Amino acid sequence: METSEQIRDRILSRFPGASVAFVANPGPAAQHSLLLGADNARAVAEFLRDDPGLRLDFCSNVTGVDWPDREIVETAKVSTPDPAGGPAKVTEARTRRIQPGFLEVVYHLYSMALKHGPVVLRLRTANRKDRVELPSLTPVWRSCEFQEREVFDLFGVVFSGHPDLRRILMWDGFKDHPMRKDYAEPDDYEWEPTPHGDVLAKARRHYPAAGTGGANP
Amino acid sequence: MSVSGMPLDSAPGPLVRSVRDEFHGDLLEVSMGPHHPSTHGVFRMVVTLDGETITKLKPVFGYLHRNHEKIGENTSYLGSMPYTDRLDYLCSMTNNWAYALAVERLSGQAVPERAEYLRIILAELTRLLNHTCLAGFLLHDSGASGTPLMYAFREREKILDLFESLSGSRMMCNYQRFGGCRADAPAPWLGAARALADNFGRFLDEYEELITGNEILMARTQGVGRLPAALAVSAGVTGPMLRAAGVDYDVRKVDGYGLYPRFSFRVPLGAHGDTYDRYMIRILEMRESIKILQEALRDIPAGPIMDPKAKLRGFRPKQGEVYSRIEGPKGEIGFYLISDGGPNPYRYRVRPPSFINLTLLEDLCLGHTVADAVVILGSIDIVLGEVDR
Repeated sequence: METSEQIRDRILSRFPGASVAFVANPGPAAQHSLLLGADNARAVAEFLRDDPGLRLDFCSNVTGVDWPDREIVETAKVSTPDPAGGPAKVTEARTRRIQPGFLEVVYHLYSMALKHGPVVLRLRTANRKDRVELPSLTPVWRSCEFQEREVFDLFGVVFSGHPDLRRILMWDGFKDHPMRKDYAEPDDYEWEPTPHGDVLAKARRHYPAAGTGGANP
Repeated sequence: MSVSGMPLDSAPGPLVRSVRDEFHGDLLEVSMGPHHPSTHGVFRMVVTLDGETITKLKPVFGYLHRNHEKIGENTSYLGSMPYTDRLDYLCSMTNNWAYALAVERLSGQAVPERAEYLRIILAELTRLLNHTCLAGFLLHDSGASGTPLMYAFREREKILDLFESLSGSRMMCNYQRFGGCRADAPAPWLGAARALADNFGRFLDEYEELITGNEILMARTQGVGRLPAALAVSAGVTGPMLRAAGVDYDVRKVDGYGLYPRFSFRVPLGAHGDTYDRYMIRILEMRESIKILQEALRDIPAGPIMDPKAKLRGFRPKQGEVYSRIEGPKGEIGFYLISDGGPNPYRYRVRPPSFINLTLLEDLCLGHTVADAVVILGSIDIVLGEVDR
């Protein structure tokens, strides 16, 4: 099978100007991946599926990865010349910057027709808060349907063009996305607002003599 | 309104009207499950019915959800091994192998030959166990209550006895390790496994004589829930369900992981993709598994079961990621791991075959009756521990 670099070059020759980047995997498995830009992901996916040399007709695995904001500390040596003519004074200057986080969706593609794979695709959202839309690849591979719903549910990536984007594993009224790294569990999953507190307060206003508002005020 | 339900002032229609027109009613929405005996656990289908015909079916998941992946990210690599038993709790040995293989590929760990043989033996025993159960449950779902299931469970119990004597547990085996297996199989165990493999064919003959040619089973399953090959590929259906649709794709052959390239076995394929084919594929796969078992039990070499360089304590794979998959009894079970160099995986993902095989449940059931939906679901072969994770 072609290497990831060759596939990238072929995508670029088919779609000039498309944003496709090679992401190296340093581990022993050496499964390198291709980072696609969100605006042409759908067309590139269709190309990968239909190209006679690749025919990646089987999208095996779809999953999300959360990469929160990272603080990067850079140290640089600054030398200040000594006005008296002695040796220059070297100090370390530290700069801190925040590398903005993002959500990533990873697709593992195989070819059932030509029996090769995997080709790994990655899509990244602009940030983790308000710009979390990515194009859905469900119209290209039906197997993304439930898996993208799962990524939406657990990571909070919103797939545009998905036919039925709802929560799948958590219940419908659930807030938040549990697979995010900064997810904090609620103290009590079972808690829900009930009228009892309000009713009791109202009863107390009506019958101040009764105190706690028992059965026989 | 007249007695027949027609407004009195309406235009005169044809003299003979069909009963269906007279009694045409509303669509009925029924919630099947989560506590329904045919859903194999806590699974719910919201079914819209026109009479008895299904016009819409939406599966509802999550009743067993415990966020297995989050637990995996918050524990060490080895700490997830017992949790993988609980995914597809009928097939803990193959879950263990899939996970061990992923971590071995992530860290570049080798496995000794005897351990590879043991893995194949245990995986094929698991396949026998799972497919036997499925044949029993499918018959149970189609109305043959009790007897075929008990026949299947009798054989399953023999395999579970083998698992128990080797790993200490019938179902939650927790047997594989990164770089080998946890305990060696003594000669009497191998002898018992050999006897089981030799006798299993006779059980299949008996079972097939009772079931395979059965008129009622054929009437209930043939032509029911047809799955076209192109749709199956697009929907990522894997395992026996895919091969029943006629697609020649078996990860044991395609990836050749472990020592499978050394073994000669065939991949049975279906011709119609219906429920009956899905049943038959399992029976034929079991016959191939018996061959693999006999070959493995004949050739298993002596030697260590654990790579001496394998690191058990302070295990920290280098930075990197891997997606690794094996052919589980229900389909392609894969693990996707990202290591940031720490003791826990940064990302731990399970590719659950039965969850993804359910993608097409609605497509398979449309136009069939409720009773057929039960049989179709039974032939997909799901375990909710894996679907919901």
